Amino acid sequence: MMNIRTLGILLRKEILLMKRNPFIPRIIIAMPLLVMLVLPLVVNLDVKNVGIAIVDNDRTELSRRIASDMSASEALSVKAIGFSYEDALSLVENGKADAIVVIPADYSKKLSIGGEVPRLEVDANGVNATKGMIGANYAAQSAIATLKKWMGEQAGVEIDAYGGSVVNLFNPTLDFRNYMIPALMVVLIIIICGFLPALNLVSEKETGTIEAMNVSPVGKFTFVLSKLIPYWIVGILVITVGMLIGWLVYGLVPAGNIVSIYLAAILFSLVMSGLGVAIANSSSTILQSIFVMFAFIMVFQLMGGLFTPVSSMPEWAQMVTYAIPPRYFIEIMRSVYLKGATVQDLWVQYLALSAFAIFLCGVAAKTYRKRS
Amino acid sequence: MENDITISVKGLTKRFGNFTAVDNISFEVRKGEIFGFLGANGAGKTTAMRMLCGLSYPTSGSGTVAGYDITRQAEEIKRHIGYMSQRFSLYEELTVKENLTLFSTIYGMTSNAIKAKTENVFRILGMENMKDAPVKDIPVGWKQKLAFSAATMHNPEVVFLDEPTGGVDPVTRRKFWEMIYRASSEGMTIFVTTHYLDEAEYCNRISIMVDGRIKALDSPERLKEKYGVKTMDEAFRIVARDARRGE
Repeated sequence: MMNIRTLGILLRKEILLMKRNPFIPRIIIAMPLLVMLVLPLVVNLDVKNVGIAIVDNDRTELSRRIASDMSASEALSVKAIGFSYEDALSLVENGKADAIVVIPADYSKKLSIGGEVPRLEVDANGVNATKGMIGANYAAQSAIATLKKWMGEQAGVEIDAYGGSVVNLFNPTLDFRNYMIPALMVVLIIIICGFLPALNLVSEKETGTIEAMNVSPVGKFTFVLSKLIPYWIVGILVITVGMLIGWLVYGLVPAGNIVSIYLAAILFSLVMSGLGVAIANSSSTILQSIFVMFAFIMVFQLMGGLFTPVSSMPEWAQMVTYAIPPRYFIEIMRSVYLKGATVQDLWVQYLALSAFAIFLCGVAAKTYRKRS
Repeated sequence: MENDITISVKGLTKRFGNFTAVDNISFEVRKGEIFGFLGANGAGKTTAMRMLCGLSYPTSGSGTVAGYDITRQAEEIKRHIGYMSQRFSLYEELTVKENLTLFSTIYGMTSNAIKAKTENVFRILGMENMKDAPVKDIPVGWKQKLAFSAATMHNPEVVFLDEPTGGVDPVTRRKFWEMIYRASSEGMTIFVTTHYLDEAEYCNRISIMVDGRIKALDSPERLKEKYGVKTMDEAFRIVARDARRGE
């Protein structure tokens, strides 16, 4: 079945065609650049610039301090200080503010009398749930800090503004980019190593060159291998460009061994190209293969743990993610990058990726038909 | 006489759902013969040829090509035939030389044989100055000659040509037929589909397919004699009179 000489000449053909293609070499370089340089700046889950509308019914020194501390906060930006809840609500409705802070009348007076602690009200806009909730939380924290400081001053003693402290392991600055960049490299391989082989094979169908292959004695296994192997190389190129940008632009260097990243990248490239070829086998036009590939890529990106941590998904969805190959690659990338994990630590993930690679390449070879 | 037969087909049929593309055809082709497969568009020529080349499974019927069974030994057949499809099937981005090397390596030729043979092809076709040009840059007439050379580099027993001269001028067609004759004189059996009736005259024997069936099969002279006409064109009109399929 397998013929090394035939495989060699087919690989030569694939690589020549890839090099001479007007757009593939560019996409292999340009896409990592674009994704790695632009996306970390734009796709940011840290909540900043939460618009706050303050309804100040107290009008005392304390209430003014609460407001000025909020506008001094990095995450909050006070859009208006007024006296009517309706005005504040209309700001939220117009999208100018995300949360309303209501300081009730006689707040400062009641506070100094003691006894029942008066309530400060924070209302958040639930339309943009993340921003509203986190923003409301920030606003509340800011108000509490101001209160503690103020009460301390009144009592003549310093009170620690924060009741406790949190230290973040592995990502000390809790920078979202450190979490995101390893995952973006996964996205790159998903897209490049998934789409290119599918498009390549279907375009051979469209131009008719595949007929010349099917009528020749080339074994179908050899032929499919010649379609898969070039994407190891592409996967390695893409991950190299990605790591270079991570290092040069963001100063992010893997804490673990680069070899374990390359190993995972090769396995995952095979998974994606196997899937791409399998899809191409059952598509007769480029459009068809693109649509099917998109369906897979959507699920891969949304359920692979890229944007939403797998652990915060509902239980049933967590079960589903075991069947989603990028989940393992993302885990490997983050663990190696941030924690310095080794292949031994992550053997389950490597094993899962290998199993997917073998399975999907098998499906690709099995579903390739020289006869109809 | 038995081992003189290169292609033998009995009751070959291909159905796609309710549509019978090839309907119970039987014929034999002798070694070294130029066998023309005539018919209007949609008559079933290409479908029949694809079954002989192992590109398509027959729905029913049986046959052998170069001594191998078309149902069970398709991959064996592929080692012993050359095929030139209706659509141009060389790689446009590869050079002339790269294409020839690719296909002859696939057919298991040794590097030395490939080298000698490609030099020979370039010399005969007068393509020495084009050998490093990408195929997409050479004129369509040359492309067809090149595709024919790629299909015959490995000296196959049978060459299948599916409308090889579509879309080229009469002079180029004429030259193409010279190549076919040369291959035939080297002992290759030629199986060629066409709808150019002047080309039918160049064949040793022809079959005329109408609506998936073979309606006539004989040498061009005998067919003209049988229908009492002077040209193949007239003969074809008489045979294909009742055609329901086609444009």
